[in-house]
Amino acid sequence: MIRVELPVHLRTLAQVDREVELDVRGPATAGAVLDALEARYPMLRGTIRDHVTQQRRAFVRYFACGRDLSHTPVDAPLPDAVTRGAEPFLVVGAMAGG
Amino acid sequence: MSGVRVLVGTRKGGFVLTSDGKRQRWDVSGPHFAGWEIYHIKGSPADPNRLYASQSSGWFGQVIQRSNDAGKTWEPVGNKFAYDGVPGTHQWYDGTPHPWEFKRVWHLEPSLTDPDAVYAGVEDAALFHTTDGGQNWRELAGLRGHGSGPHWAPGAGGMCLHTILLDPSDPKRMFIAISAAGAFRSDDAGKSWRPINRGLKSAQIPDPTAEVGHCVHRIAMHRSRPKVLFMQKHWDVMRSDDAGESWTEVSGNLPTDFGFPIDVHAHEPETIYVVPIKSDSEHFVPDGKLRVYRSRTGGNEWEPLTQGLPQSNCYVNVLRDAMAVDALDPCGVYFGTTGGQVYASADAGDSWSAAVRDLPAVLSVEVQTLP
Repeated sequence: MIRVELPVHLRTLAQVDREVELDVRGPATAGAVLDALEARYPMLRGTIRDHVTQQRRAFVRYFACGRDLSHTPVDAPLPDAVTRGAEPFLVVGAMAGG
Repeated sequence: MSGVRVLVGTRKGGFVLTSDGKRQRWDVSGPHFAGWEIYHIKGSPADPNRLYASQSSGWFGQVIQRSNDAGKTWEPVGNKFAYDGVPGTHQWYDGTPHPWEFKRVWHLEPSLTDPDAVYAGVEDAALFHTTDGGQNWRELAGLRGHGSGPHWAPGAGGMCLHTILLDPSDPKRMFIAISAAGAFRSDDAGKSWRPINRGLKSAQIPDPTAEVGHCVHRIAMHRSRPKVLFMQKHWDVMRSDDAGESWTEVSGNLPTDFGFPIDVHAHEPETIYVVPIKSDSEHFVPDGKLRVYRSRTGGNEWEPLTQGLPQSNCYVNVLRDAMAVDALDPCGVYFGTTGGQVYASADAGDSWSAAVRDLPAVLSVEVQTLP
């Protein structure tokens, strides 16, 4: 079971708590986690990744285990601690004012 | 007693204001979708409990929300706005070709007859349509594809399709407007389009009378005379009596003919309203005075409406989608400011009061007249 922590606006949109738990089939990668997240919560499609290109939106970041995984290939394995459920995979809205 | 429901989109959420037919006391609900930009909320003329809202964010993109109970509860529906085929290019600010990129929905225009059918005007400028209540959106690609698209360029606010007018007498005719391309008309339900900008003069483009390139801020019509159109252009207030085939200037005695919204009285097709703004480089009302101008002659002769509006130290703007009229008698007129006030007049503009103050900057105002 992989834990995913969402930013507050996406929690509100998906009507979930701070963390959701996902059963990810196959290798645990950022892409697979996001596929599972969007399959369970279709209203999140297009809000983290562009609908058409599937690229990460510019002001969204992926963190885990104190590392920024935003620029890591989405098919790269996630850290063991994430795949074991010991640490969450964080979807973060980039810092900005206004 | 009949009443009204005013739908307000702001920089940080949506609000619903309700009142009885007197339109003096207001109940305010919201913020809905707090923290998100709500570009537009509009109700279906065929089912006033069916509302659609455009919710967007620089972080998380576009969401479309739908309500079946007049805004008490909402559900997200489809938000995939994919351009038809290879998107192609338009002009960028430096004159180079730039690919079309979807950014947000500026305006939602529900069908006059079907609560599940809605048109969406988006940035970068294109027109989308849904027939299943917003679950799926399909581009009406004839607009971008009719030929002039590669010459369109963004205004400072982005290249947005912000106005959609449906002809109540002809279901196949519709008008749209784009900043900064101009006005366009379809006579076959959106399949094909042509520019309708003859008579516009814009000193800000190389050829002031070019077929496209004009920064049209808003167009409006009265339901009883769909061939008569009124336009607030970047500069100039214009009028067409032939469904946009030609335009003439009716700025007349306005203190400045720059502005954003324009609207028509519900029962007097020659009575129109604008809010003059000082200039394209100073986006606030002139002389610190918030004045709506009304013409009862379809333009040229204008009177300032000031009763109840601040007449000193006021430096707000009123954006293009932030004015609306109700269908009661006397006609109610509403507008929202970038300072967060929503002003209402229950006497066709003769006097005004704030329905609510201190909201986030207002992006859009629509009104539903309730039985």
